[in-house]
Amino acid sequence: MSHSSLPVQQGLYDPRHEHDACGVGFVAHIKGKQSHGMICQGLQILKNLTHRGAVGADPLAGDGAGILIQIPDAFLRKSCAAQGISLPVVGKYGVGMLFLPRDAAARAACEQVIVDKIAAEGQVLLGWRDVPVDNGSLGESVKAVEPFVRQVFIGSGSNCADVDSFERKLFVIRKIAEHAVRGLPNEQGRGFYIPSFSARTIVYKGMLLADQVGKYYLDLQDESMVSALALVHQRFSTNTFPSWDLAHPFRLIAHNGEINTLRSNVNWMTARHAAMSSRLLGADLEKLWPLIVEGQSDSACFDNALELLVAGGYSLPHAMMLLIPEAWAGNPLMDEERRAFYEYHAALMEPWDGPAAVAFTDGRMIGATLDRNGLRPARYLITEDDLVLMASEMGVLDIPQSKIVKKWRLQPGKMFLIDLEAGRIIDDAELKQQLATAKPYREWIEKSRYFLDDLPSVDIKKSLLDTSLLDTQQAFGYSQEDIKFILAPMAAAGEEATGSMGNDATLPVLSDKNKVLYSYFKQLFAQVTNPPIDPIREEIVMSLTSFIGPKPNLLGIDETDPPLRLEVHQPVLSNEDLAKLRDISTLTQGRYKALVLDITYPAAEGAAGCEGAIKALSAAADRAVADGYNVLILSDRAISSVRVAIPALLACAGVHHHLVREGLRTSTGLVVDSGSVRETHHFALLAGYGAEAICPWLAYETIAAMSDYLPAGLSNKDANKRFIKAINKGLLKVMSKMGISTYQSYCGGQIFEAIGLNADFVSQYFTGTATQIEGIGLHEVAEEAMRIHQAAFGNDPVLSNALEAGGEYAYRVRGEEHMWTPDVVAKLQHATRSNNGQAYKEYAKLINDQTQHMKTLRGLFEIKPAGAPVPLAEVEPAKEIVKRFATGAMSLGSISTEAHTALAIAMNRIGGKSNTGEGGEDPMRFKSIKGGEKLSEIIGKGRIEADLTLLPGDSLRSKIKQVASGRFGVTAEYLASADQIQIKMAQGAKPGEGGQLPGHKVSEYIAKLRFAIPGVGLISPPPHHDIYSIEDLAQLIHDLKNANPHASISVKLVSEVGVGTVAAGVAKAKADHITVAGHDGGTGASPLSSIKHAGTPWELGLAEAQQTLVLNRLRGRIVLQVDGQLKTGRDVLIGALLGADEFGFATAPLVVEGCIMMRKCHLNTCPVGVATQDPELRKKFTGQPEHVVNYFFFVAEEVREYMAQIGIRKFDDLIGRSELLDAKHVIAHWKAKGLDFSKIFHQPDVPVSVARRHAEEQDHGLTQALDHRLIAEAMPALESKLPVIIEGRIRNVNRTVGAMLSHEVAKRYGQTGLPNDTITVKLQGTAGQSFGAFLAHGITLELSGEGNDYVGKGLCGGRIVVLPPKECNIVAEENIIVGNTVLYGATSGECYFRGVAGERFAVRNSGAIAVVEGLGDHGCEYMTGGIVVVLGQTGRNFAAGMSGGIAYVLDEDGGFEHRCNLAMVQLEPIPDEAAASDLGEVETHGRVHFNHLAKADEQVLRDMVSAHLRYTNSIRAQDILNNWARYLPKFVKVMPTEYRRALQEVAAEQTKQLEAV
Amino acid sequence: MGKITGFMEFRRLSEHSLPVAERLKNYQEFIPRLTDQQTSVQGSRCMDCGIPFCTTGCPVNNIIPDWNDLVYRGNWKQALDVLHSTNNFPEFTGRICPAPCEAACTLTINDDAVGIKSIEHAIIDKGWEEGWVTPQPAQTKTGKKIAVVGSGPAGLACAQQLARVGHDVVVFEKNDRIGGLLRYGIPDFKLEKSHIDRRMEQMRAEGVKFRVNQHIGVQVSAQKLKDEFDAVILTGGAEQPRDLPVPGRELQGVHFAMEFLPQQNRIVAGDVVPDQIKATGKHVVVIGGGDTGSDCVGTSNRQGAASVTQFEVMPRPPEQENKPLIWPYWPMKLRSSSSHEEGCQRDWAVATKELTGKNGKIEKLHAVRVEWKDGKMQEVPGSEIEMKADLVLLAMGFVSPMQQILEAFGVEKDGRGNAKAVTDGAGYYQTSVNKVFAAGDMRRGQSLVVWAIREGRQAARAVDEYLMGSSSLPL
Repeated sequence: MSHSSLPVQQGLYDPRHEHDACGVGFVAHIKGKQSHGMICQGLQILKNLTHRGAVGADPLAGDGAGILIQIPDAFLRKSCAAQGISLPVVGKYGVGMLFLPRDAAARAACEQVIVDKIAAEGQVLLGWRDVPVDNGSLGESVKAVEPFVRQVFIGSGSNCADVDSFERKLFVIRKIAEHAVRGLPNEQGRGFYIPSFSARTIVYKGMLLADQVGKYYLDLQDESMVSALALVHQRFSTNTFPSWDLAHPFRLIAHNGEINTLRSNVNWMTARHAAMSSRLLGADLEKLWPLIVEGQSDSACFDNALELLVAGGYSLPHAMMLLIPEAWAGNPLMDEERRAFYEYHAALMEPWDGPAAVAFTDGRMIGATLDRNGLRPARYLITEDDLVLMASEMGVLDIPQSKIVKKWRLQPGKMFLIDLEAGRIIDDAELKQQLATAKPYREWIEKSRYFLDDLPSVDIKKSLLDTSLLDTQQAFGYSQEDIKFILAPMAAAGEEATGSMGNDATLPVLSDKNKVLYSYFKQLFAQVTNPPIDPIREEIVMSLTSFIGPKPNLLGIDETDPPLRLEVHQPVLSNEDLAKLRDISTLTQGRYKALVLDITYPAAEGAAGCEGAIKALSAAADRAVADGYNVLILSDRAISSVRVAIPALLACAGVHHHLVREGLRTSTGLVVDSGSVRETHHFALLAGYGAEAICPWLAYETIAAMSDYLPAGLSNKDANKRFIKAINKGLLKVMSKMGISTYQSYCGGQIFEAIGLNADFVSQYFTGTATQIEGIGLHEVAEEAMRIHQAAFGNDPVLSNALEAGGEYAYRVRGEEHMWTPDVVAKLQHATRSNNGQAYKEYAKLINDQTQHMKTLRGLFEIKPAGAPVPLAEVEPAKEIVKRFATGAMSLGSISTEAHTALAIAMNRIGGKSNTGEGGEDPMRFKSIKGGEKLSEIIGKGRIEADLTLLPGDSLRSKIKQVASGRFGVTAEYLASADQIQIKMAQGAKPGEGGQLPGHKVSEYIAKLRFAIPGVGLISPPPHHDIYSIEDLAQLIHDLKNANPHASISVKLVSEVGVGTVAAGVAKAKADHITVAGHDGGTGASPLSSIKHAGTPWELGLAEAQQTLVLNRLRGRIVLQVDGQLKTGRDVLIGALLGADEFGFATAPLVVEGCIMMRKCHLNTCPVGVATQDPELRKKFTGQPEHVVNYFFFVAEEVREYMAQIGIRKFDDLIGRSELLDAKHVIAHWKAKGLDFSKIFHQPDVPVSVARRHAEEQDHGLTQALDHRLIAEAMPALESKLPVIIEGRIRNVNRTVGAMLSHEVAKRYGQTGLPNDTITVKLQGTAGQSFGAFLAHGITLELSGEGNDYVGKGLCGGRIVVLPPKECNIVAEENIIVGNTVLYGATSGECYFRGVAGERFAVRNSGAIAVVEGLGDHGCEYMTGGIVVVLGQTGRNFAAGMSGGIAYVLDEDGGFEHRCNLAMVQLEPIPDEAAASDLGEVETHGRVHFNHLAKADEQVLRDMVSAHLRYTNSIRAQDILNNWARYLPKFVKVMPTEYRRALQEVAAEQTKQLEAV
Repeated sequence: MGKITGFMEFRRLSEHSLPVAERLKNYQEFIPRLTDQQTSVQGSRCMDCGIPFCTTGCPVNNIIPDWNDLVYRGNWKQALDVLHSTNNFPEFTGRICPAPCEAACTLTINDDAVGIKSIEHAIIDKGWEEGWVTPQPAQTKTGKKIAVVGSGPAGLACAQQLARVGHDVVVFEKNDRIGGLLRYGIPDFKLEKSHIDRRMEQMRAEGVKFRVNQHIGVQVSAQKLKDEFDAVILTGGAEQPRDLPVPGRELQGVHFAMEFLPQQNRIVAGDVVPDQIKATGKHVVVIGGGDTGSDCVGTSNRQGAASVTQFEVMPRPPEQENKPLIWPYWPMKLRSSSSHEEGCQRDWAVATKELTGKNGKIEKLHAVRVEWKDGKMQEVPGSEIEMKADLVLLAMGFVSPMQQILEAFGVEKDGRGNAKAVTDGAGYYQTSVNKVFAAGDMRRGQSLVVWAIREGRQAARAVDEYLMGSSSLPL
């Protein structure tokens, strides 16, 4: 029996992909005063964080919760005495909190281990105590795995001088006991777990709901149980499998967030084993290994690492700074000493990177820190009676406002600490100052550091090539496309090339072509459980610095001789750099020694020689390390007609893992010098498998020889520089896709999965990488490399004077196979235009029959009959089946108005659904159609270039409204018009990335729909700035459900390994609908490397999602949709059998509309008017809704024919029947024959009663919404526009207040809403998240108290005022008033916040105006419109990606310029009124059109400050107005340059029109 | 991709023909290639489609977007390499191909196609001008001997490919000059014969041997070839013309086109042809509306015919096809050749009923209008036509290869009398007889030069594979 019912790995489900996130909080008494009240308050926080956790299929089963407190001596003494155990004085005994097996024999075995280990380490066993519990309230599924909870008491042995050394011993005992229990026979140790084992702290936790912790553990109710601190945690996990161990807190921490770099961190910890030593731990250090056991959560691993550091002598805050450093590299504001501290420690350890709010304590001090990008919320307050409360949100404890003396938040990378022994709070500055000056870090660095760049250059041999360039390129598998699409754009412009229309080429493992090993790997990306980063706009957190060479002893904290460090600013080495590295011994006077290891071997040995060559290489690496070489360069420059290269990736990963296993990896650096490397994906892979730096030597040779493709006059040196720049940008993008900000953490991180490589091969050379369908192994990999080599040096006449065609990015006759061929396109268009079923059948046959050329996984599937065939007439009619069809999310902007509306009309005609895409929707399209109208009459004359006539009953409305990270045009009205609201977490073409609509595509119409300015480019950020974790997604789902209670909420995911657990989490986050998109789909523009190398086929993602949802018993509440290059009825059938209820199509309907796969969408030159905004080209659009209707009916009819054949009448009966699928038995292909689809076809072993398809509805809990009351009281306003005033209290559990009320307004009055101040709501208290979300015009929310995160999200006309309560004595402008990500995606309306806001204020604001008295980092990011006035300090990176709108910032200390990101904006003083009118400022005329900026800057500013005063009684505002002349010069105007240009153009246009009149 | 917006900026520029009066004076080609500058601009119109429909529209799968781009960038030499990588004889196709590639060009959907053929023409002509077309002899010889029977485009392409991978190739031709249809079927004004001669020079340098006046199966026994060679490829074309079985067919002045056209080519080549069939001063009626018919029209006009009339039994095709349902496939539509511009009456849906004359010489042609219903022809009552005719040229296509040669080798035939062989999968291009292959019109029936080149190339690979176990020749 186990305390975890986490299933074993099965099918595509793998427990290691589980994620969690959560709410975290603590209370502490600064002076260390212990009380029982502290524990009660901790438990109360938990209850009030309930909404941050989740429940699964069993409503009584939460995801786990717990509390960590100080050792309650009095209570334990009393309880022990009752059992005859006598405890020594505090500090002389420790308590082990144990989860033990319920089986008596197993329990006895585990206990015996504890007893033995205590003795072995020289400590004293004092006794055991059964912990009393009440499991009456536990759910059945939880009870089934409930542990036997006991405490063990250990007395300090004579070998422990003090509490610290005793604590270290306890740590050692715990580790060795854990190791020993794992080794017990007959799985007796299964279910054994030690929540805590300490002389200072104790943890009570379990698979409990937040409010069950205090009920379950009776100890906690005892009044004599006291503590000066209580750290609590409520978990939200992506599964429903009860697991007692995974609940937080751990021994030292409770974590809210996700460690994205976990794989790398764990690997590097393992790699350090041999090189680590500690004076404090001495011989005990060795006993700790394995330090981090596989299969734990990220937080548990982090806790393990932290424990080691603390045991090794680091103070708790010091260790935290090492693990989660601030972004120091590009921060000019950081003081020199602190930077040196971080810089020094960077060489010791790579950051544990990812969104993280970590609360930590050792019982003597308690504190918290935040990740470098501030991706989790952490707010705190301090009361006059020395209470500190820190939590994910405020309002979790009811503390009288009058007692509060400070309200603040943790800022990105910052820490705060309460030293209970010293009785005071140590703030970030003081704490870090103290640590930073403890050692002469700067001096040490200067003494020990080499920058490769700064070393003197050495001569390099001019000609590196022995063989011809062409042969060499061919030997590494270069194609013409590598030159044209990959290298040319990079060398010419420093940019990776862009493409469009997805990837329809054959999977490498199915290809007849010889592929390079790189192509078998797919990049992983963050979705839902952690956010991607924007590496361009949030560059300040990114770093490509790489350390080459051995890693220092992590625990060498007492060493005074600083370890050497060899650094590069970025990991792409030039030939010159590599020459320096080869010569490093000379350059560093022998301190570094480099050895080149040749990775080629005799071609005569054939593929069979590869294995031996790798073994020899590993042996050579061992020898080299033994001989003191500390930089190993793996090089394939020796390639020739008689020497073939081991694929560099294989050599790199092989050596890396070999050295890790041998414990030697941190003794040397690993550098790859390979001709095979040419695109970002290659660099990323080598980095991911251990390369600290990479020299792409053949890429340089190639660039030198491709002047044809480069601008005239570009020197070779500059071309190389641009190439490196492009690769750097690409690497940042690949890293940030997974939310990783430093190369150092990415290195060795293995953020990839393999498709088509067998598990043996992967586990040997790419240890720990996921591979799900088996495939080729070492022999085939070597054989493929050998074939490439042979072709290069063979007699092939086609290759005699040219490279292979390639054909990956565009169809080429001799190139790679594609799904979309000329015949496929032609047949589909002919069939649908003439409604010719026979032609459709020819089309479908071309797609479905892949016997000649295999292209997709599903092409290799066979469909087995479920029974005897049934007559076609008895099969569910096509008109029912087509209702399951939807078109993909293609925005008006990416495709033309004509193409977009034609799809909507068609889908509405068949009862399916079309999707707006992320560009808003014209309210004109909601109109009902009588029939006979022209499209142009509805949309507007100048806006339609190819008109069409509408039929009665037609509708132009897209039933699915997309909500993407850009939030363009997302208003209450838009949401109210939806049947389904789709949250785009990722898109198939470029998962984990943002997008950009270039200015030339932003027409007047598109600008109007997106609340933007024509001609100004629009950025979609990579992350949704209100979704950094799963509970954030739950919040957004809740917001949208409130904004339209009748719409189903959909979440769009992209297939990758682990998408199943994400889907389960999304289901628990209350989504109604999940889309799993394949990697191959995607119509939009995207970097080529993303099109090709991110995401996996939908067959895998869909099957994993289905299996995981069924296993979690969540499948029934979800509608599961699949999309990604679905083309035929067979595709639909296979999708259904693998678990899909619904089906999305994008490329095929576009082809039906006339798309001919030009793949030039990103150039705006679509010659058939589909994917362009050029009016001339749009005239050429010939698509008709009828054609699309024909297509979907053909598909449905094809499905019916299959259903009849296999004997299934109802579509529902197909769903999830993966047992009807089998692999084709005839696969003879030399690569494909190793594939194994059994994991895809796996059926979870659950009772038949568990739903396998959509069968029930989610309970969104909307009935509890405060808005019901507001709506009831606002009825006179809603129905008769009569003003109403509503008053009341609000708590943090009242979330999304105002959204449902706004829905009622939008339903009745659209975007116009109600007249100003029709509904006024005055509230007191602390608002829950998303206060005033999507607030409609005519509603004012006035909050006296404070707001949490997401205030005014999507504000669309309403007014929000937040001010501190009268009774609160704090100085408003020095305290926080609202949380993070306020006004995200606001389109209009106004806000006044009397106090300071958190990070990312007004992100993606496109029209709202706001006044605030200070704000955090990344303010006004991606803003495109509106006005923000800041009457105080801003954080860093203000105005990043800001392309529109204006900000006025009061810059009293003159430092604003350093905190502002000047990439897209200019700073200027505010002209006074007189000057402005003289100058004829652009915004002084003609601007009424956009917003109320028809006045001069000064007037606008003054009006806004006056309004702020009026609404909030701000003393700050009063002071400024009183001293206007003194303050005005201190205001800085932030003006986006693009915006200014566009405004000037608009003004010129208006002047011209006026003159014409 | 040339210029991103090239197709929006530049119009199609067709090659400019010399004025009719000028060109009728002789038998020389009258379409000069585009200038380098013009070609470059035309190349920029190419959109480098994600799916280049032109490439699959082209039977030899010319990699059109690539060379369009290369000429746009002025990289002519490389453009020539790319062109030659799929097509042995672009100077032939660049002149006489009907350009199915252009019908498949994405621009034709709603605009004028890229001038692919004219660009091909310019690339290869420039290549010859610059001396870039040089022999590519094999590095090593295989010692295998191969006979190619028939020296038309299929045979030549096949021979060149095989020689380049080191086989010893001998081309047998029954006529006195190499070239087959190219030499004697196509008039000089469309394809000057020096182009063939130049290629022969190149091929000789690559090791190909040419034997003329060798009628296999007649002068030389099939067995002898089979004995002496490791493989034999039959590329004899489809020379059996379709006849007109009407009363009066036997009259003097009624000739197959292939009796008429070769004689003029011989004259141009400097031969003496006694009793040449000439159109000079005559009322000429050409029966058959295809390319051969056109050639008869053009030749007749050059000879100074009094009038030229061309009949086609099929109905007049539409001026413009139903593009949405046909593109990118080859459309049936009204096509007018350069010969038609030179003076000709054309009529459609006309069936010849009878030929009458005096003294055994043709004088009149009697025909009737027909209607087509469900693929069946019906005469229209009362629509009889009678017209004066001194010379009637039958250009109604070709029904099959000459049968002697197939019979001599004893190869199995398909229903239409062609040599039976498949074009992909196992044993492709192999006939039923061991080591005997067939390609071109002899296998597929009457077709285009470009199809002959394709088959010749593919058959070469098949033979190479057959002989060597594998082949590096492209498909």
